[in-house]
Amino acid sequence: MSLTGNTRIAFSEEQAMLLDVAREFCRAKAPREIVRAQLETPRGYDPDTWQAMVELGWTAIALPESAGGSALGPGSVVPVFEAMGRAMLGTPLLSTTLAGQLLGRAAPGMHEEVLADIATGAVATIAALEGGDWGAAPQCHLDDDGRLVGSKRLVGDAHVAAYFLVVLAVEEAPALALLRREQLDPSRIRESELIDQTRRAATVDVTGVEPLALIVGPAVAPALRDVELLGALYVAAEAAGSAAACLDTTVDYLKTRKQFGKLIGSYQALKHPAVEILCEVDSSRSFVYHGATLVGDGALDRDAEIACRMAKAQATETLCYAGDRAVQFHGGMGFTYECDAQLYIRRAQWVQQQYGDAQHHRKRLAGLLLDAA
Amino acid sequence: MTAPQNELDAFRADVSAWLRDNRPADPGFLLPQTFMEVGSDEQLDFLREWQYKVWSAGYLGLAWPKAYGGGGMDPAFQSVADQEMRRAGVPICFNVIGLGWAGPLINDIGTEEEKAKYLKGILSGEDIWCQGFSEPDHGSDLGNAQTRAVREGDEYVVNGTKIWTTMGNYAKYMILLVRTDPEAQRKYDGLSFFLAPMAVPGVETRPIRKLTGEYGFTETFFTDARIPAECLMGEEGDGWKIAMKTLQYERGAEAGAAGGLAFVRIVIDDLVAGLAGVRRDGAPVLEDPLLRDQLVRLVMEEKAIALGDRRAAIAPLATDYPLSLPLSHKLRWTEHTRRMRQFAINAQGADGARYVGDDDALAGGFWQRAYLNSFSATIGGGTSQVQANIIAEHVLGLPK
Repeated sequence: MSLTGNTRIAFSEEQAMLLDVAREFCRAKAPREIVRAQLETPRGYDPDTWQAMVELGWTAIALPESAGGSALGPGSVVPVFEAMGRAMLGTPLLSTTLAGQLLGRAAPGMHEEVLADIATGAVATIAALEGGDWGAAPQCHLDDDGRLVGSKRLVGDAHVAAYFLVVLAVEEAPALALLRREQLDPSRIRESELIDQTRRAATVDVTGVEPLALIVGPAVAPALRDVELLGALYVAAEAAGSAAACLDTTVDYLKTRKQFGKLIGSYQALKHPAVEILCEVDSSRSFVYHGATLVGDGALDRDAEIACRMAKAQATETLCYAGDRAVQFHGGMGFTYECDAQLYIRRAQWVQQQYGDAQHHRKRLAGLLLDAA
Repeated sequence: MTAPQNELDAFRADVSAWLRDNRPADPGFLLPQTFMEVGSDEQLDFLREWQYKVWSAGYLGLAWPKAYGGGGMDPAFQSVADQEMRRAGVPICFNVIGLGWAGPLINDIGTEEEKAKYLKGILSGEDIWCQGFSEPDHGSDLGNAQTRAVREGDEYVVNGTKIWTTMGNYAKYMILLVRTDPEAQRKYDGLSFFLAPMAVPGVETRPIRKLTGEYGFTETFFTDARIPAECLMGEEGDGWKIAMKTLQYERGAEAGAAGGLAFVRIVIDDLVAGLAGVRRDGAPVLEDPLLRDQLVRLVMEEKAIALGDRRAAIAPLATDYPLSLPLSHKLRWTEHTRRMRQFAINAQGADGARYVGDDDALAGGFWQRAYLNSFSATIGGGTSQVQANIIAEHVLGLPK
């Protein structure tokens, strides 16, 4: 078997349609001034936009039919995330989709009322991190009375979440605690200040809370692993979209800005990095849709794991580079808050940190590719 | 005409078995990885014998007419043979200018006489072909070619210089682009195309020594060289049109090539296999965390190019800059190749300092030579920098 391995990309008519609809929706509902108007609001997104997304069925795409979902598989959400990334549209779709995947995979056939709630717009989120390390095992646990002990960091969209899936350890194995918002006193949720202002996350202190349900058993660990890979893929899809938009912004500027009597886009020192970004954006999209092709409702296999990790490693670095050069190439303008370059470079840093950075994934890819028997 | 799958499968089994039994033994010297690297007589003799053997076995020129030495079969059979040769990792079929460019051209627009005279010798490897397009002062600007041909009776008298003539010193024929009418209103209309013999007085070749220390190209000088008028292809003034058609074969945009391997494909798996015995810090080099990271990056580069080829065929996923993937392929592949080969030297530790000819060099210095040769692809056919300009201007729409 070759190291390049599986190179399948399939794109169904349904996915093509979804991509079209999502891009059109984002153009109409999330033009840049609308996105910017939300940057410094407490909620961070427009509830009407979220409602419209729910009505389009985006929260239900990958959920099972028994819970009111469309059962199109986790890869089918990818075009939506790419379109949202292009528009820099926040909203809790990422947190909610991943929480739905985790619940469905860790406890198949159970908690369908929660999934049904999610399908119709209830926000859900995974509380996984306890520090900055994506590779750390959870320390959160239950005390003798069955109450949680621990504090979770950077919990996405905690400010609006109706459901929390808290990752903990029970008898040294990973487990999940399902909580409803009502179980958490508002003082337990302390909003974080994020570099990407289109995002919201908080520290959530769960100590003393009794879970609504405890999910244990052999399905939890693989479900967590698969959802981390899907998280990497979805964030990569958003990043691929953001990087493409960032490139367009930079190219527009290079075509209109004159210095020393010349359009600055005629200088090779700016042209060639722009081409490099284009090629990296191309690679990002290719990896992302390759990943979307290989992930399914079942456990992710080796090829799918490689695809998700490569997508994240690629798209993360692409957006970091595109954002970095966007600021630089806009000159003095690029140093202002008014210039969109700041949105991209800030998003890039957030993206880098979500579901493992490029080094995290390449380290694991090395094992998968070079140590295979 | 579509070949039945069962016939193709049976044919594949035949080729595969034949290759297993007839794979040439290691000659004891490094073989060229591309047809542009044939630098010594022993390499030429070896490759010539191999091509003859492949053709005699019926695995070359399968889709060319039977009357001219071909197989008269569906092109699908040649594709199968090529795939099997690639899989088996056998040497190249070296007469690439003939097999891939001049041959299909003659097949498509040549006269019966031309077909009868040239095609069989191309397939057997008896008649080596070279190309006289580039000139020292006009590397990429083909339309500006200045080598002159003036008609005198039944002959044309040719004066000028061509460069980067692959196997110029071995070739019997050259596809030659010359200026017959310097007064033409459009510079392109003054060009003509010849199927020119090399063994005539006034044609001299001077081998160009490459940065590898080897040979493979020549500079070709024409000094009052007399070429029979019947060697003119088409009419006077058709040169540009025919040259462009030739380039379509060269770029694989038009079918018709005789087949065979034009180059040995070196992929990341070859590198990983090649490094199996190399150690660093007392442990296998493939366990070194920093080199592992670099290797993963290289695998990703290679895979991204393969995925891009797939995605380019899916219209809804290639909407934003539809020309981006096809136009950037050459830039990406050649630059990746260069980086990978540089890494291959780097990963060898102190032995990376050795070169071809050193008995202790890893794989006979294969990677060192391959790295130096990789520049033929990042420079030839439009440098990477020119490619980047083309992409910037034609894909991104940036100003000149």
